[in-house]
Amino acid sequence: MKRLCSHCEKAFANILVGREDKYLCRCCFYEYFEDTVHQTIVEECLLQPGERVAIGASGGKDSTVLAYVLKILNERYCYNWDLWLLSVDEGIHGYRDDSLRTVEQNRDDYKLPLYIVSYSELYDWTMDQVVSQIGRKSNCTFCGVFRRQALDRGAEKIQANVLTTGHNADDIAETVLLNLLRGDHARFSRSVMEENGSYRTTDESVFNKIRRVKPLKQVYEKEILMYAYFKKLKYFATECIYAPFAYRGHAREYLKSLERMRPHSISDILYSLSCISLNKEESKTRVAQQCIRCGSISSQTICKACQFKTSLDRGQGVLAVKRSGMSLSKQTTQCCSESAERVSQYEADSNDAASSS
Amino acid sequence: MPKVELQFSGGLESLTGGNKVVKVNFSGEQVVLEKVIEWIRTSLIKEKHEYFVQGEHVRPGILVLINDVDWELEGKTSYVIQEGDCITFISTLHGG
Repeated sequence: MKRLCSHCEKAFANILVGREDKYLCRCCFYEYFEDTVHQTIVEECLLQPGERVAIGASGGKDSTVLAYVLKILNERYCYNWDLWLLSVDEGIHGYRDDSLRTVEQNRDDYKLPLYIVSYSELYDWTMDQVVSQIGRKSNCTFCGVFRRQALDRGAEKIQANVLTTGHNADDIAETVLLNLLRGDHARFSRSVMEENGSYRTTDESVFNKIRRVKPLKQVYEKEILMYAYFKKLKYFATECIYAPFAYRGHAREYLKSLERMRPHSISDILYSLSCISLNKEESKTRVAQQCIRCGSISSQTICKACQFKTSLDRGQGVLAVKRSGMSLSKQTTQCCSESAERVSQYEADSNDAASSS
Repeated sequence: MPKVELQFSGGLESLTGGNKVVKVNFSGEQVVLEKVIEWIRTSLIKEKHEYFVQGEHVRPGILVLINDVDWELEGKTSYVIQEGDCITFISTLHGG
């Protein structure tokens, strides 16, 4: 049942690209994949020539392919990007320590500088310690918040202009489904605004916050895997040991089933996302401010990472996550003011303790 | 009696006792890929079958290549295996 490549019509096709029903041979597939990423960067103005670009690197297939392709495009089009690998060590024994070795391999293979930032250095908590306190539920809730800030901090440290992450079309579609399935209205609205480019634009310019972009957002996970496979790129391929308990797994399974029945499903979900317009009430972003504890940009007085850290320090991590589950704005406001009170009390207690010793 | 090579990667090798490559001789003529998958499910994988199959089908999210060609182009489970074929199973279900 051999098919000819629909592009060159000379070689036999190796891959069916589901989002556009193309049958491509290896060479045409490389060109198609790299062109898609390049088009995404150019059309959405994701990266500017001469910028220092931090690449969020986990050692996994997405970030490995991202680093590889950005390097190729940089050389091909003379963009003069100063590319850096930026890695986060969450302190997950048996997972992250192994994958960091892969990032170090990427550093050597692609000859890119590497900067590693760790949870223990930023928060005095490793994920292993967090899980010991809160158990196996909601681990990703903590980790996601901590990682987001850790990447920002790392990017600031290396004075990057922009941070790229390896999120692909499947990831974005999965997040949409996840938020819909959990009735998480606030996160759903934010993801719409983020993907449609309107979220935090004002904040970024006011606070000089590092931009975050996703050059792989249009390519399917299958394409990334095939690209890495054919190009023999080395990546770390094990699931985070805490991930099997994450609710996201259900959204992922569902998306994969949809893709199998109808490969267009993933890009159609993204198209639907781009067509959503929120009403005035939903699109009002909360005013950006700086967290009074750590200075990070947040929509609250105390950022989520600090709220979580404070809860963990007080042995109350489980409580923090219960509140964090469905972030209706009322709950968030309530949580925020209660957290602010707890922090003030914590600081008052500390001051009392210090002054009495 | 086609002899084929099965390759497991993307984390799937943990289901085959760490073996990334398994060589098998299948008896009979006109052996379809469906039979190969059944053999993997019943005879090769001893536990955590749900990471490889969903019922009788390869779990969604696992890519299958036949001699480095996407199985979507080769008829998927109805592909008739040939002597010396290399069938690769790659899981996508992990962090990137």
